[in-house]
Amino acid sequence: MALRAQTGPYFGDFGGRFVPESLVAALDELGEAYDLAKLDPAFGEELAELGRSYTGRPSIITEVPRFAAHAGGARVILKREDLNHTGSHKINNVLGQALLTKRIGKTRVIAETGAGQHGVATATAAALFGLDCVIYMGEVDTERQALNVARMRLLGAEVIAVTAGSRTLKDAINEAMRDWVTNVETTNYIFGTVAGPHPFPEMVRDFQKIIGEEARQQVIDLTGGLPTAVAACVGGGSNAIGIFHAFLDDEGVALYGFEAGGEGAETERHAATITKGRPGVLHGARSYLLQDEDGQTIESHSISAGLDYPGVGPEHSWLAALGRANYRPVTDDAAMQALRLLTRTEGIIPAIESAHALAGALELGRELGPEATILVNLSGRGDKDMDTAAHYFELYDRENAR
Amino acid sequence: MNTVGSVIRRRNDEASGALIGYLPVGFPTFDESVEAAVAMVENGVDILELGLPYSDPVMDGPVIQAATQQALANGFRLSDGFEAVRRITERVDAPVLIMTYWNPVVQYGVDRFADDLVAAGGAGLITPDLIPDEGAAWIAASERTGLDRVFLAAPTSTDARIRQVIDASRGFVYAVSTMGITGARSDVDRAARTLVERLSAAGAPASCVGVGISTAAQVAEVLAYAEGAIVGSALVNALATGGVAAVGELAAELARGTRA
Repeated sequence: MALRAQTGPYFGDFGGRFVPESLVAALDELGEAYDLAKLDPAFGEELAELGRSYTGRPSIITEVPRFAAHAGGARVILKREDLNHTGSHKINNVLGQALLTKRIGKTRVIAETGAGQHGVATATAAALFGLDCVIYMGEVDTERQALNVARMRLLGAEVIAVTAGSRTLKDAINEAMRDWVTNVETTNYIFGTVAGPHPFPEMVRDFQKIIGEEARQQVIDLTGGLPTAVAACVGGGSNAIGIFHAFLDDEGVALYGFEAGGEGAETERHAATITKGRPGVLHGARSYLLQDEDGQTIESHSISAGLDYPGVGPEHSWLAALGRANYRPVTDDAAMQALRLLTRTEGIIPAIESAHALAGALELGRELGPEATILVNLSGRGDKDMDTAAHYFELYDRENAR
Repeated sequence: MNTVGSVIRRRNDEASGALIGYLPVGFPTFDESVEAAVAMVENGVDILELGLPYSDPVMDGPVIQAATQQALANGFRLSDGFEAVRRITERVDAPVLIMTYWNPVVQYGVDRFADDLVAAGGAGLITPDLIPDEGAAWIAASERTGLDRVFLAAPTSTDARIRQVIDASRGFVYAVSTMGITGARSDVDRAARTLVERLSAAGAPASCVGVGISTAAQVAEVLAYAEGAIVGSALVNALATGGVAAVGELAAELARGTRA
């Protein structure tokens, strides 16, 4: 079977539905609505039209030769999801799930968010469709992504800072699930990544796979062939699956997911789930995760809130187990240096998340050499990260520094 | 030997039903959690539900989250769970069920977990995030060892799923009283009665209602239609604020609800 044809609930040994019984009916309802929507040309057309007239699809590709000069001379081509409305790939998934929410007649949406990009996208769709919206965000993340908190509130969403556990993305997911268990009759959970219980990994992937479908053709049109390698950052893994999926059955195209190596994958402060974790159950699915001997989830660390997650989507675990995709860690510092390099050489400020993929591409280019073409998913833009970058690179005037 | 099933039957014959009390292992300390569990039984709790603290407890409300988070911060290990069962069953003869999220069991090894639970004197598992659809390994291990397995039924469960939960469960079915997470509520949902009626009609030998029960009056109300009532957050709150003595007092008070 073609790898692209794989659907949930299981991707090899990974995936499934490890949830309280209270959520099963809601997951079934969502899954059935999605299966019907997939077969309904009107749904596909409505989503495509939103992509064209609201998100700005197709997103362009940009070749970046001045940046590529630092990557062993390989050609580097960026897929510009940073140019989407709301500033990242997250909007692709959110519009699909918001349309489904309308179809199943629910009036309230909830979502978790790490960096705030998924929360902003969800709040945006809620504004567009007139839905009540509550966003759960770890307290640590509300502090490091304060700008996105303000954006969500301006869009009309209620932002709840989660103070449990590590106060980051994983705890925001726990709290959103608790809300969903309680309010399932009126509420749809717009999950932000390709993790979680079935049908989320499959459904979110399907809403994101347009990234790779567009990019594959765009690269062929530009270069006359397929890329040598495709690179993306991996937290939960939605932008990576989005760009990988169209290439899964192109055997000659190498796929690389770059995980957050934090202060180093050899330290205890990282979010390199596939590199350093082992299979287990978290947030409704069996997949790789960072855990101790007793199966307690270990707190992850990354300078990038969007990658600061101790789990990963089950399809990535499957691709890793098959050897179809390779997963490597990129440290905080390597990502920040790549962020600055792209900014200085090309005038494009990437999100810190996406900068992990850029750092990975620099490494890959040196390995693959000047004949290689590397397609990088530039999944988001860096506006939200200016405060982090300003502190990291000491860009504030001293008296203005907080 | 007192099994979960035999205790529930006996308490339904001699009173209005069984009282099941929850506490997490290791809160506020390991020793106090053992003492509190013993005190519950000595004050009229019929079956113990011992929670294993877990980093990501999606079914738990703020009271239990705070308690289990503290137990983890104190260094709780899975081996403490077995040790607690051993110490409690040495002193009181109430059956002890372990309530655990699924990943710790997977990482310990499902068969090894079952064997060690039997060796410690435990009666079985309540698995809040394991549905029968994903439960093959645990169903096999519990068949082999004779442990009880308590799956959850919810007001939103379809008739087909209710039959599946009944078929997969042994000991009792945990009827989630309301759509929501653990935590005391002023009134236990009407949905609980409807759910228990559906479970009975589908052939469930025993249904115990949990989530939101905190008073003797609520215990009595639930036992009018269910075989057991499960109290958690209220007991944890008593332990947090008044120590072992307060847990014993609350247990005695709650047990009055079984005589109505």
